[in-house]
Formats: sequence, C-alpha cells, structure tokens
Amino acid sequence: MKIDLNLLDARDLLAKKEISSHELTKTYLDNIKKGEELNCYNTVATEHALAEAEKSDLRRKEGNHKSPFDGIPIGIKDLFCTNNIRTTASSRILSNFVPTYESTVTQNCIDAGLINLGKLNCDEFAMGSTNKTSYFGSVINPWQSSQSDAKLVPGGSSGGSAAAVAADLCVASLGTDTGGSIRQPASLTGTVGLKPTYGRVSRWGIVAFASSLDQAGPITKTVEDAAVLLEIISGHDEKDSTSSIKDKENFFQNLNNSVKGIKIGIPKEFESDDLPVSTQKAWDECKQLLQSNGAEIVDISLPHTMDALPTYYIIAPAEASSNLARYDGVKYGIREEGKNLIEMYEETRSIGFGDEVKRRILIGTYVLSSGYYDAYYIKAQKVRSLIKKDFNEAFQNVDAILTPSTPSTAFAIENEPDDPVQTYLNDIFTVPVNLAGIPAISIPFANDENNLPIGLQIITNSFEEQKLLNIAKNIQDTINYSHKPNKWWTND
Amino acid sequence: MIDGWELVVGIEIHAQVKSNSKLFSSSSTNFGSGPNSQVSLVDAAMPGMLPVINKFCVEQAVRSGIGLNAKINKKSIFDRKNYFYQDLPQGYQISQFKDPIVGSGFIEISSNGQSKKIGIERLHLEQDAGKSLHDQDPNYTFVDLNRSGIALMEIVSKPDISSADEAVEYVKKVRSILRYLDTCDGNMEQGSLRADVNVSVNKPGDSFGTRCEIKNLNSFKFIHSAIIYEAKRQIRLIESGESIHQETRLYNIDSGETRSMRSKEDAHDYRYFPDPDLLPLIIEDTWIENIKKTIPELPDQKKDRLVKEYNLSDYDAGVIVSDRAISDYYEEVVKERNPKLVTTWVTSELFSVLNKKNLSISETPVSAGQLGELIDNIESGKISNRLAKDIFEEMCETGKSAGEIISVKGLSQISDQGELEKLVDEVLSANPDNVEKYKNGKDKLFGFFVGEAMKLSKGKANPKLLNEFLKEKLKI
Repeated sequence: MKIDLNLLDARDLLAKKEISSHELTKTYLDNIKKGEELNCYNTVATEHALAEAEKSDLRRKEGNHKSPFDGIPIGIKDLFCTNNIRTTASSRILSNFVPTYESTVTQNCIDAGLINLGKLNCDEFAMGSTNKTSYFGSVINPWQSSQSDAKLVPGGSSGGSAAAVAADLCVASLGTDTGGSIRQPASLTGTVGLKPTYGRVSRWGIVAFASSLDQAGPITKTVEDAAVLLEIISGHDEKDSTSSIKDKENFFQNLNNSVKGIKIGIPKEFESDDLPVSTQKAWDECKQLLQSNGAEIVDISLPHTMDALPTYYIIAPAEASSNLARYDGVKYGIREEGKNLIEMYEETRSIGFGDEVKRRILIGTYVLSSGYYDAYYIKAQKVRSLIKKDFNEAFQNVDAILTPSTPSTAFAIENEPDDPVQTYLNDIFTVPVNLAGIPAISIPFANDENNLPIGLQIITNSFEEQKLLNIAKNIQDTINYSHKPNKWWTND
Repeated sequence: MIDGWELVVGIEIHAQVKSNSKLFSSSSTNFGSGPNSQVSLVDAAMPGMLPVINKFCVEQAVRSGIGLNAKINKKSIFDRKNYFYQDLPQGYQISQFKDPIVGSGFIEISSNGQSKKIGIERLHLEQDAGKSLHDQDPNYTFVDLNRSGIALMEIVSKPDISSADEAVEYVKKVRSILRYLDTCDGNMEQGSLRADVNVSVNKPGDSFGTRCEIKNLNSFKFIHSAIIYEAKRQIRLIESGESIHQETRLYNIDSGETRSMRSKEDAHDYRYFPDPDLLPLIIEDTWIENIKKTIPELPDQKKDRLVKEYNLSDYDAGVIVSDRAISDYYEEVVKERNPKLVTTWVTSELFSVLNKKNLSISETPVSAGQLGELIDNIESGKISNRLAKDIFEEMCETGKSAGEIISVKGLSQISDQGELEKLVDEVLSANPDNVEKYKNGKDKLFGFFVGEAMKLSKGKANPKLLNEFLKEKLKI
C-alpha cells in the first residue's frame, strides 16, 4: 500500500472508507518495524494502538467518530506522560516508569480520536540538540548526504519526533520546545515544526525541563497539519497555572495563504558570514518570494540576539536543576541502594542521569547558589526582559520575522563537537523565541548542495499563531517543497 | 532579665492553615487518616505535575494578616526552597522568600500585668513536608505523604520579646487571634501550630548577641523552658570567656536541654528562586475589603467590650477572651444573667472540672444552656450556692440538666415558712445549752445554729430565710 500520508490525506481516506484506522495503524506499525534502525521509538505501543484503532473503526462505523481525524496514528515524544504506557524522558532514571495518568496534550489528542503509536526517542530530559544524550541511543536522521552515507543527527531534542515524521513512521508527531527542540530537528529533517506561544498549550503531564520555557507543539509534514494538530492540543487548562485563558482558535478552518500587505522583518543580528551559502541563499530567496507574493520586507534590529544563548544557558539549567530534584530514587523510577539516604541519592542519580543532564544540573545549581544568584540568575532574568522588549518593539513595525531555523544542515553523528558550547550554538536562532515566549515555526524551504533540508523560521508576536501559519502556508504553497529522504533503511 | 543580662527572642510560628484541601492540590487535609491515603499526583511530585494555588488558603493568609494588624501585599511571589530529603517529594518546598503575602504588623501582649507591643515582621505561605517514620523497619525509613503539601503560614516576629514569659504570651496571643479568625485550629499536640525560637543574650547597652535557633517547639511549656535553658547556656559560655556560635539547636523534651543540630557553616544553601510553575500572586483591593468585612471581633476588642459591658475585672476578661470558644460560651451564659455570678461559675467551677478531666471547652460536659439553667436556679433562690456545686458535679458526671436533678432528688430549697420554723425549733430545743450561751452574749454561736439547721435540712434550707427565722427566734 502506498503510504506517506499527512493528516488531511488520512482524514479523507478514512472518511471515504478507503482505509480503516486498523489498516492505517497496522501499516504504520510495520513502517516502524522496518525503520527500527533509525531508533525513533523508545516504546512502540503495538497492542494499545491496534486496540484503539479497532475502537475508532467501530466509532466511525456508527457515525460517532470524535473528530474528522479519529483513527489517525501519531507518535508522541517520550516526555509526555501517557497512561499505562512507559514514559522515560529518554533517561535511565525513568526507564521503568509507567504513568497512571495522561498529559493534557495527549488527552486532547485522545479526545480527537488520534491513536498513540508509541513514545518517540529524544534527548535525555529534552536536553540536547542532536539526540545523542538519549539513554536509548541516538536517533538517526532519515536523510543522508549525497556525498556520504555517514549517519546524520536528526537534531534535538525532539529528534525522534522529527525523524519519525520524515521517515513516515507516523502521520504526525508531538514534540516539545524549550530552546528550539521542535524547530531545530524539524529543520534538519525537512519537516514542519511549530512552537506555540508560551501558555497556549498545557504543560500538565509533560516531564518538565525548564518550566518557564517549555512548550509542546506539533511536528508535521505540512503547514495544514500543523494547524490541525495545534488546534487539537491547545486551549486553557486549569491544571496549569501558566496556561493562557485564551479560547481555543480554529487555526485550520481560518488558514489562508495570503501575505498581501504583511510586513516581514529581517533581523540584521541573524546575518553572519558563518552561515552556509545555501542557507543564506534560501533565506534570500524566501524574502524575494514573499515580496513577490505581496509582502513588504523590512530590515529590523533585535539588539540582544547574541545575549540570548548565554541567558538561556543560565535560566534553563537553573530551572532544570530544581525540576529534576524529584528524581531521587525515593518514589518511582530506578533506585540504586546505598548505606544511607545520601548514598542512595548519589548512587541513584549518578547512574540514573547522563553526562549532559548532570552538566546542566551542576550549572543550574551553581547559578542559583548564594553569592552567585544575583550575578547569574537575576542578571539573566534582566537580559531576558531586554530580549522580550526587542521583539515587542520589532512587532510594532512588522507582522512577522523571517530567519534561518538553524546555522547549518544536518551533520554526522560522529562529527558532533566535543565542546558542548559548540553544540549549544545549534540553537542560536531558536532560543531567543523561547526566552520571549512567542510562537515560531520552522518549514522546509530547499535542500542544500548535499541534498539535505534547509529550514526557515517565521516568528510572530504572542498568540499570533494564525498569522504565523498563514505566512508559512504561503511559502509552502509557492515553493512546493517535495523532497523526500530515499528510504535507505528499508527495501520498499 | 537574668543576672544583669538582657534576653532577646524572636519567634517563627508555623501555623497550619485551616482548609479542607492542600495549598497546591485538592487532597484532603484530615488529621489521622491512614498513611499515604491523602496524596495526589501533585503531592507525590509525579513527573509533569504542576501546582495550582488554593484560593481559600490565600484568603486565610490574608485574614490572618488583617488580624495581626499587618500590611497585605497585593503582589507576592512563590519561591522554591531547594533541598533533598526523603519526605520532600519535589526536592523543593514551595514557599515565599522575598515577597511574602503579608508584611509588617504587630500584636499586643500582656505580661506580668504590663501591656507590650510585639512587632510582626511578615507572614508567608508555604507547603508542609511529609512525615518520615523511622520506627517501622530496622533497615528502612518509611514516608507518609499525607501532610505533604498542606498549607502553612509562617509568622515571623520582630526580636521584640525579652523574656520566656513574654515569648509564651506572644505565642498564646497569636494562637488566640488565629483561632478567633478560624484560620488555624492552633492544636499544638497535633502539630498544627509549632514554634522556632531565636535566642540571644547581651549586656544592657550592648548590641544583640549571636543568636541560636531552637526548632520545632510544640508546647508553651517547651517554649518557656527551652528559652530559659538556652539563655542560661549562652550566659554560662560567655561568662567563661567562650563565644556563641550561630547554630540551629534541638530541644530535648526529656532532659529539658538544647543540643546542636547544625552550625551556620553547615546550613543548607536553599537556592531560592521564583517558582516558574506559578505566576505572581496578585490580590485585588476589593477582595481584601470583602475579607475585612468577615473579620470577627478579636480578643483585644472583645476584652474591652466585656470589661465595659459586664463590668468584669481586667484579669477575668483576659482569661475569658483568651480562647474564642470560651468567650462564646461565656457570652451565651451571661446573657440576661448576673455577670459576677456567671464569671465565677465559668472561671472557677467550670474550669476546674475541665482541667481535672483534661477537656477543652468544646468538649465540656455541661453546655452553656445547662449552666445558665443552674445559675437561674441560684438567682431565683430555689437552690443555694453550696447545693448548686453538688448539682453541678452531678451534671458533669451524668450530663443531666439541673432541673432534672433538682426535681428527681427533691433538692429544691426549703423556703416554706412552716417547714423552716419547724426546723429552727428542732435545732434550738436540741441545744438548750448553746441557746443559753448565745443569749448571754456569745454571738458567734449564731453560725453554729445555721450549720445545724442546714445539716438537718440536708442543705436544702433557704439560707436567707433561715437566717431571718433564727434571728427572730433567738431574740431575747
């Protein structure tokens, strides 16, 4: 059966009864099996998915389907707690954890009839930009360079979510984005990744990394799918105090692709000689494209852009060091016995956490320590408000901002730099958005000279996801990006 | 002041907020339920769980702040206090550090007949931790999370307290105010109100000495003796040329001593920072105004009113208002009755029974209505005061009403002229010698005749009428 369906395709096939949810789900489970080498899934919920698919078929037969998308199988980043399905955050410390509850976001998906195929690999506790920090091993990017068959990183932390969509191991997926963890892997895998406004989507039931930055969002094959999935997962949740009280919006229904009269800002601070020629070219072409479609291109300045990364690497680890304190071997997860409480803590956390997580806990603990708190944490908060102010001022003059999503395309897993700061630079274009709490999307624009996808990022002001999606759709409809990775991992 | 030394005490009171559910979860706060039976996913710090503030707990804190004459901060912030312990599931306690919900205030205490103002530094909201059980297993510690997440108010005094007596009066007064406000049940035995005391000593005129903190005192007696012990310990050290190290100490209730728990150098670095899961707490003026309207009459105001309205002594009024339940009881009994009589009956007869049986006023065997009925019988002359005490005793034992006991036992006072005359005649004719002596000027024998007549009547003779008859009959 020809597959590689997006949400709208699958919706239509199900509506026309050309395929059942069971067949669809079965096909994707087969794809997952064939794609095991990509290491996208930490846990495949085979029986659960097939049972749910049967229920969905029954609902549809009786005309009781929960939504037009009832019965479509998706993948879930292994950071969302899922009732009765193991949830590990790709960490050894939670490698045996099976929640008794369902996160608000995944519950919203269940309420729309979507089917959970399984839990997608990611960087441990969502800390990383290459997916190499996962306890379950690296995810492998389905894309390969035309120059070599070296295994490439899919980006991170939602590497499994992005790779699974790119390799068609699910129709769409859910990720989370703290500093670029949806957009950066989307960019490296030729998929669409959307980070919503902070507060648009409930954080309840998602393993926390940095609470003031974390936001769940969709990774999809098309902009339409991003609108559909965002609409399904968003909305106020009284269980999350930081959740916005704004009403759910009909992002999909209201989607159009007009950019006439829209002002697009190009921040000069994102320009760099280090940017690959092909990325610069894609960026330039996109400006021209938008201009010829009726948008106005405006040069803007976001003066504190270069302060974003150091600010992020104070705030995020500070919050993480506290958020991860609960993984102590006392209540759930793994425990390594010790002679006394302190020794049990030390043993459990020593073997339970990987190096990158430990590094960030140490950084976070340090910047919150008395004597350093003002110099680091307080100062970082001040810079954070300056970064927000930059965006606020920019949005007085423009509707949206266009930048590259990442400073480079996918690179070989073995080429990841030893210096973590070099790896952190992968998020240089995405991090300011999280600090400002605003929405952004990465969409595939072109492939580089090695046939690897280049993503571009569109940023709008808070709660302007509709505008964001419309601009993205305009670009998508104009360029008709149709590259697919050649499926080297299967004989199909 | 102890032997030329001045004592400086500051107190942190941890008062459990009276609320059906916890500070950030909907779990119940019932005391004494089975271990881990009142624990939500949030209380157990399961992955991905988020706190949601309980508005009622905030209201209780604001109410308490108003009762402590304190400034209510319209914006306050919840911080995380980070430390590891088995009964702290999140690995941090949500508390308020820099921006508490209630700022500075004061209360009035009276100690040794003197009135004194004690400053309140602040009141903030925080979560309680769970409970570690070390005696369930030889190798393991067990944890009960029922208490985990229950709302506490930490009330910090200024260092305005200068004796152990004042310290006790201060805690008593705060507890009384919270009980009047119904924001804390003040039950120290169950741990719903406990105190940490900071003690230092200095020579008059010198600046404050180095302080030591004694943690977790849960009775007035312990507060008193811990302060006395600690002050003496510090004076002894200084006088022998040593210096005081700032430290946290524990009070041993068996030995009455304090011992070092940890020094300042070993103190935790709690790495406080604003909890990113919670927005700043913003309180509207109108909400505060609405809460103000619900504030009941507080002990100081009530005391002034009782003194004015019922002409009570300062002391009696103080005793009565110290506990809201007692004052409510008193006011119910005193309605349209003789205040002096009621005060005596409440503060001596009722209190002695409660003390003897170790009961609180809410557990009293004699209701306010029942005591009122008894007093009515005294006032109407139906029973004597002496008889009333016997009846009261029986009321306490059996729970029966005064009327019931009087009628069943035929205890009502003899006021009938004929019966009294007969009684007096009987007494006089049985004691002719004493009658003679009396008539010869031994006035003191009058009491003897009264006593004999009373004995004969089994205490039922109306004393006033009996006196009159005796005087009449003994007239020379």
